[in-house]
Amino acid sequence: MTDIYGPVTDWQDDFDHAVPEYNERAHEIWAEFQASGCPVAHSDRYGGLWAPFTHELVHEIAYDTDHFTSQGVVVNTGRPLIEAPVGPAPPITSDPPFHNIARRLLLPPFSPKVIAAWEPEVRRLCRDLLDRMGEITPGESVVDAAIQYAQSIPVNVIARMLGFPTEDEELFRGFVHDVLERINEPVEVRMEFMQRLDDYLTAQIEEHRENPRDDLTSYLLGVEIEGQKLSIEHVRGSIVLLLVAGIDTTWSAIGSSIWHLGTHPDDLRRLVDEPEVMLFALEEFLRAYAPVTMARLVKDDHDFHGCPMKANDWVLLPFPAANRDPAQFDRATEFIIDRQENRHGAFGLGIHRCLGSNLARLELKVAVEEFVARFPSFAVDGDVTWSVGQIRGPRRLPVRVDSVA
Amino acid sequence: MRVTVDSEKCQGHNRCFALAPELFDVDDYGTAVVIGDGSVPAELEEKARLAVANCPEFAIGIEE
Repeated sequence: MTDIYGPVTDWQDDFDHAVPEYNERAHEIWAEFQASGCPVAHSDRYGGLWAPFTHELVHEIAYDTDHFTSQGVVVNTGRPLIEAPVGPAPPITSDPPFHNIARRLLLPPFSPKVIAAWEPEVRRLCRDLLDRMGEITPGESVVDAAIQYAQSIPVNVIARMLGFPTEDEELFRGFVHDVLERINEPVEVRMEFMQRLDDYLTAQIEEHRENPRDDLTSYLLGVEIEGQKLSIEHVRGSIVLLLVAGIDTTWSAIGSSIWHLGTHPDDLRRLVDEPEVMLFALEEFLRAYAPVTMARLVKDDHDFHGCPMKANDWVLLPFPAANRDPAQFDRATEFIIDRQENRHGAFGLGIHRCLGSNLARLELKVAVEEFVARFPSFAVDGDVTWSVGQIRGPRRLPVRVDSVA
Repeated sequence: MRVTVDSEKCQGHNRCFALAPELFDVDDYGTAVVIGDGSVPAELEEKARLAVANCPEFAIGIEE
């Protein structure tokens, strides 16, 4: 790893979300910004970066497609090479009006009713992972809920949906790690690993052209915009989106939810005793531990509430911080397992609402249900490590199992 | 009581359909629609209020 920036000296003016301390202390850092008179961080890193931390400002930018482009959504040392309105990974990197055209192609396979049909498969996968943990001695055995459980669920589901070999699981996690966590490496290094990802996907797409089947890759090769098949760049870009957005995100949400239950025994007991509270608990996990911070690029020089933003500066959209803003939520920093009013923005706000939100919600719900059904009592026991960058979740999560159902 | 969905505001978060499937449905694109004319029987009024309180886009309305 060659981090070209180094430690943060000042969160206000030398901000960097890719130093480990940021995700470790995220809740504290957000609260400090929200309580200060100056809730927007700035940094010269990454060629210029801004980060607002209140719900009001995050909301404003998410809706403002005139001043902010989605052409780049992962802050890094470079800038995207495929221009708006298509961008490198449509539709997440697309702007209106093309955005809606590309998005409508992908909405039907991710609609609530289509996704609901995946539930038995996800449940089977979760049970299989729990079985593979082997013999458990209550009160003694420690399992890693991130490594042995959470990280394998979304990667397997998305590989099956795309029709990619599930034995390439490790490779997919490597690609996603490169794209999302190695953001502070020199541009040439990033170009190299983006090329490896492109090469892998090009081979998979070719294989699907020769052997079309019932999966998302063949679906993308078959759909048309105004009578034209999609370009190879569009197909590959959309697959990059599904692969990158569908793995670390959900893995993080599952891990953070298990972390919460493993550090809050009252909430764990409530969920075990009253499984129907999951209807609300699921949304509270998503609010309190939203894993995804998005990003935009500034289109043209723009004065944003006194912040002199320059064209091509990055702007983070920390939805997880907005979800914990006391100006927007009652008892914002508390986890209330049956919170009745919960307009969280874990899946974003505005036109780029997470395309895979129904799938993510299904995976999170089933993963937590199956974990607590098997282990009704457990506690975090050991050092937890967190991801770095825009996706926040535990990457090592040692959990002592205290009872087995 | 009647519920309404502003289809311009709805982004398909699917919260209303999850909380009150008796009152809301979703189309093939995940956009919410009201069932029938949106009339809410007395026993579902609480669910209608929950749907309003959980829509991140403020797309659900209630007419009393």
